[in-house]
Amino acid sequence: MNAVVSAHGLSKRYKNTAALDNVSFEIQPGRIVGLIGPNGAGKTTALKAILGLTDFQGELGVLGLDPRKQRGKLMEQVCFIADVAVLPRWIRVREAVDFVAHVHPRFDRKKCEDLLARTKLTPDMRVKQMSKGMIVQLHLALVMAIDARLLVLDEPTLGLDILYRKQFYQNLLEDYFDENKTIIVTTHQVEEVEHILTDLMFIRDGRIVLDADMDAVGERFAEVMVGAERAAEARALKPLHERQVFGKSIFLFDGVARAQLEALGEVRRPSVSDLFVATMKGTYA
Amino acid sequence: MKTPVLNEMYWLVKREFWEHRGGFLWTPVIVGGVFVLLNLMGIVTGEIIGAQHGIHFMFNNNSLLNHPLSAEDMSKAGQMMDLVMYSTSFIISIVLGFVAFFYCLGALYDDRRDRSLLFWKSLPLSDTATVLSKVVAGTVLAPFIAAVCGVVTGIVMLLLFALTLSFHGLNVWHLLAYAHPFQVIANLIGTIPLYALWALPTTGWLLLCSAWARSKPFLWAAVLPFAVGMMLGWFNLLGTRVVGNGWYWKDVVGRILPGVFPGSWLGAGNYQNVSTGAEHSLDVLNLGNAYSVMATPGFWIGAMAGLALLAGAIWLRRWRDDT
Repeated sequence: MNAVVSAHGLSKRYKNTAALDNVSFEIQPGRIVGLIGPNGAGKTTALKAILGLTDFQGELGVLGLDPRKQRGKLMEQVCFIADVAVLPRWIRVREAVDFVAHVHPRFDRKKCEDLLARTKLTPDMRVKQMSKGMIVQLHLALVMAIDARLLVLDEPTLGLDILYRKQFYQNLLEDYFDENKTIIVTTHQVEEVEHILTDLMFIRDGRIVLDADMDAVGERFAEVMVGAERAAEARALKPLHERQVFGKSIFLFDGVARAQLEALGEVRRPSVSDLFVATMKGTYA
Repeated sequence: MKTPVLNEMYWLVKREFWEHRGGFLWTPVIVGGVFVLLNLMGIVTGEIIGAQHGIHFMFNNNSLLNHPLSAEDMSKAGQMMDLVMYSTSFIISIVLGFVAFFYCLGALYDDRRDRSLLFWKSLPLSDTATVLSKVVAGTVLAPFIAAVCGVVTGIVMLLLFALTLSFHGLNVWHLLAYAHPFQVIANLIGTIPLYALWALPTTGWLLLCSAWARSKPFLWAAVLPFAVGMMLGWFNLLGTRVVGNGWYWKDVVGRILPGVFPGSWLGAGNYQNVSTGAEHSLDVLNLGNAYSVMATPGFWIGAMAGLALLAGAIWLRRWRDDT
């Protein structure tokens, strides 16, 4: 199958910092990719490039289209939620549904109304009267009713309480995602997305530092809890990261043979957030 | 069956109307309403003061209205009433000028500031259609509503006058038939294409500033041309004549800022031949006369410049990246 997104040598500079530095990657259909990185690492720039919102150097194809030149056509098949609260404050639920229904060729009005019926939103409600969580419900209902091939989510749950956050991803998985769709999501709330991701991409200082599917991540990285007496032995294997818990050390290894690690202590699969912290060590230093 | 392009434009303009219902609809309605109310208050005041002083205007049988009206009387009465409708429209059109000015200034700026731009950009809408829909909303839809409101206000005023006079025994209701409300509406609405074309340099400039400014689009739109004018004046004072001061103020600043005020084409110079030749003062408002401004090259040069400014606004709308 053709890649949904394929980037080769993508670069973008803002004045004197490189937001994207010669980045190449491919995203296959039917994947949920987490694009994770510290603030200012270039996540949003990468998404903007994919959405044709910004100019860049290099080659980038999204669904076989050039986002710089064929943006109008591209946006029929691509949806995005930039973050909460970008819906215009004056618009009413009814107006938003009406408008999208008439300008978007792939919008399913019935589906949108069904999704809205599950919320407390009423047709006459204006965005400015809604809480952040309700705005996201409206936005999600609009977006999920669009039969798009690529959905881009940039910090979609920022500032929402945990009920809305859980519901957001649950809706997305149950009523939207299927093998023909692809989702790219950036978020700082890594714990909440890690169990839904199929692929992981870490970005740091404009470079992709990790690009792997979750199975590969599980094979490559391992976390071992080691007693103080064998800590020196573990350190000799060059762990990525070390932290102390209850007098024991937890080491994170990249690409060390499983048998070797099992000899040291209990081996676990690291959480994405621990992996993230280990990989991004020293970013703000 | 509408073509996709027209359908897109229809919904984009409708969106502008939803967002700016206050400016486009309620402002002219309220201004008209306040105008009628003030007149009503005036009339009531007059009646009460008159009653307190024992003055009663009752018109006698030998008043002018009892003999059959000559054709000239009818035409005069009609023109008087048309004038009332034009005057109310004129007042509303001044307000419309302000509405259109600030609408254009905010049209490509407000949604960048509150980031709702990202929502609009997530839909398959072209930036060209988006910008043009704002031109249509500001210089076609808004004046259309204003014209209708103006004439309706005028009609209400006429009814109010007729009612007042009838309290004094003067029956003028039949005279209302000599007014030409439809002709007035047709004249006003017929002027809208002229208005939209004449306003192009202003709409273009304001939309360009609106798409350009990172903050305070008003400063860019208003202060920049004035600053340039000052510099020119200074250079000319020093004797290095770059371009004429008068030309700059009249044909540049005079076209890129007040163009959204309806009738700003009535300024000196554009109608020299008309004002002398017109039989009646209202004739200047007739379409044929109004459109004669199109014969001046400045009109078309301005429209072309306006289109160039709009192209700039569209380009900025596409590529400005500051959210």
